[in-house]
Amino acid sequence: MPDDAMPDETGTSGSATAVVTSRKQAAVAALKDVDREPGAAKPDPVLIADGVVRRFGGLTAVNVNHVEIQRGAITALIGPNGAGKTTFFNLITGFDKPDEGEWTFNGQQLKGIPPFKVARMGMVRTFQLTKVLSKLTVIENMRLGATGQLGERMWAGLIPGLWRKQEREITERADELLARFKLDTKRGDFAGSLSGGQRKLLEMARALMVEPELVMLDEPMAGVNPALTQSLLGHVKDLREQGMTVLFVEHDMDMVRDISDWVIVMAQGAVIAEGPPLEVMADQRVIDAYLGAHHDQSLAEIAEAEGIDAPEIIDESTPTTPPPEAP
Amino acid sequence: MDWSFIFTSSVSYALGAVTIAYCLAAVGLNMQFGYTGLLNFGQAAFLAAAGYGMAVMVTTFEMSFWVGILVGLLAVVVLAMLLGLPTLRLRADYLAIVTIAAAEVVRLVVRSVKFKDTLGGSDGLQQFANRFYELSPLPSDFRIRFGPFLFPNQEVWVMIVGWSLVAIFSIITFLLVRSPWGRILKGIREDEDAVRSLGKNVYWYKMQALILGALMAGFGGFIIGIFFNAVSPDIYATTLTFAIYTILILGGAARVMGPILGAILFGFLFQFVLTTLNEAVRVGYIGFLDSNDTAPTRLVLVGIGLMLLMIFRPQGILGDRREIALDAR
Repeated sequence: MPDDAMPDETGTSGSATAVVTSRKQAAVAALKDVDREPGAAKPDPVLIADGVVRRFGGLTAVNVNHVEIQRGAITALIGPNGAGKTTFFNLITGFDKPDEGEWTFNGQQLKGIPPFKVARMGMVRTFQLTKVLSKLTVIENMRLGATGQLGERMWAGLIPGLWRKQEREITERADELLARFKLDTKRGDFAGSLSGGQRKLLEMARALMVEPELVMLDEPMAGVNPALTQSLLGHVKDLREQGMTVLFVEHDMDMVRDISDWVIVMAQGAVIAEGPPLEVMADQRVIDAYLGAHHDQSLAEIAEAEGIDAPEIIDESTPTTPPPEAP
Repeated sequence: MDWSFIFTSSVSYALGAVTIAYCLAAVGLNMQFGYTGLLNFGQAAFLAAAGYGMAVMVTTFEMSFWVGILVGLLAVVVLAMLLGLPTLRLRADYLAIVTIAAAEVVRLVVRSVKFKDTLGGSDGLQQFANRFYELSPLPSDFRIRFGPFLFPNQEVWVMIVGWSLVAIFSIITFLLVRSPWGRILKGIREDEDAVRSLGKNVYWYKMQALILGALMAGFGGFIIGIFFNAVSPDIYATTLTFAIYTILILGGAARVMGPILGAILFGFLFQFVLTTLNEAVRVGYIGFLDSNDTAPTRLVLVGIGLMLLMIFRPQGILGDRREIALDAR
C-alpha cells in the first residue's frame, strides 16, 4: 500500500559525484521488498491503474487489474507482440478511451481527461512510430514542447514584444537539451531530414521540454542503429538521475536488463508478472508467455503426456513451436 | 490582334474587385489549409454567409450597413463553429466532406423558393451597398484611366478598401505564423497527435484557425457583394472554392505572399486567355471556334496549365521545394 513506511533515503544526500548512482540505488532499494506478483503495491507509486479494460469488438486488448508505477524508478513494460502494451500506453495518456477502469497520476483521477491535459499534468509520452514534425526545424520542434507560452494565444501572437523574452528563455533551454542529445549541429535542419535514431532522440528531447514528471517512452530503441543505442540508453538513465520517473515499452531485452529497475510483463492484455529484470526474465510465466508453455517439449512428448497418439510426422526442425492446444 | 487591349483588360481584371475577393478568400484558406492543414472545401459558403448576412440586414430588415457587416461576420463565425464542432475532433477528411456538403446546403437554402421573401431566391438581393459608396472620400468625378479602361470612382474605392484589407490580413498572417501560436498550427498540420502529446489543446487551435480564416474569407464575401451591389446564390458555387484553392496552390501554400501573387496571376491568366481567344476568333485566326466557345475553352486551357503546374512545380511559385520533398521520405 502507498502509505507503507518509506524506504531509507539513500539518494537524497551525498556529494555530487555520488548522485549519479544514488538514484539508481534508491530506486532499487525502494523496490527491494515489493512482492514479485502482478499488481504488487509499491512504496511510492506515481501512477496507479485499476481495472483498465479496452475491448476492440470481441478482442480484449487490455485487461489490467491493478498496476502501480514506482516514482523515481525506471520501469519497463515488456511482453510479446500484441500483449497490449501500446494500447495500455494510449489508454493512460488519454489517446484512447478504456471501456472500464480508472487510473490516477499523483493521486489525480485521469479518467476522461483529454491527452493535452494529461501532458500538462506532467505525464508526457513518445510514440512507437516516431512523430517528429518533419517540416519544422529541429529547434522549432523543441520550442513547441515548452508549456505555458504566452505567445501561444492568438492575440498575444500578434504582438512579438509580448513573447520575445519568453521565447529566448525557451530557446536557451532547448539549445541546452539539444547539446545534451548531440543534436545541436542539426539545429536549423528540417526534422524530416534526420535519421531514425536522431528522430528518436529529438522526440525524447522535445518531450523533456514539457518538463514532465513521468516520461513514457514507447519503444525508444526501435529502428535505432546500434551506434546510437548506447547514447540513448545513457539518456534514459539520465532522466532518472534528474528525478523523473520513466515508464517504457521495449522489446530489446538487453536494454531492459541494462537500465530498468523494475519490469512489468504483459501478455494477452493482462499483467502476468512483475519484478526486478533478472528475476522476471527467469520467471516461468514470462518464458511461457514469450515461448509458449510447452516450448521445450516436442509434439510427441506432449501428445504422450496428454495420452493422445503421437502425430505420425514430427517436424524436428521446429521443436519450440507451441502445440495447437497450448493454454 | 489588339495586344494592348488584351493586356490592359487582363491587368485591370487582375487588380479589380473580383480578384480582391478571391485573394481575401485565399488568404483565409492559407491560414486554414496552408498553415493548419484543415481541408476546408466550403470556403464559398463563408463568402456567402458574410455577403448574405450583410445584404439581408440592409435590404430585407432595413438595418444600417454596419449592422449588416456585423451580422455578416457573426454568420461566418456561427457557420464555422457549426462545421468545426463536430468535425474537428475527427480526421481531416471528415472536415472536407462536411464543408463541401455544407457549402452546397448554404447555396441551396439561399436560393430556395421557401425563403424567397427574405433571401431573394435565385435572383438574390440588390442595392445594399450604397452606404459604402457614400463613405468614399474620392471626388465623384474621380477615375483612373488605364489604356482603354476606366476605373470609376466607385470601383477605385472598392479597390482601395479591398487591397487594404488584403494588406492588413497578410500582416496579421505574417505576425501570427511567426509566433508560437503559428508554430502550433504548423505542428498540427504535420501531426496533431504529436502536438497533443506536448500539452496543446489541438481542437481549440484548429477551431481558431478555421474561424480566423473564415472571417478573412467573409471580407472577400463583402467585397464581391459590395462591388456588384448584389448577392446571388450561384456566385457561391463549389467552383468558387476550387478557384480559391487554385490561387493558393499557384502562389504557394503556407507562404504569406502566396495568395496575393496567386490571385493576381490567376486573375490575369483567366482574363488573358479569354480575351486572347476572343481576339483570335474575331480576327479569324481560329476557324473552328466561335465566340460562344471561348469561355469554356478558357477553362480547358487554364485547367491544362494547372495540371502542368502541379506536375512541374507542385509547391507553387513561392513554395519551398524542400518542404514538398519531405513528404516522400
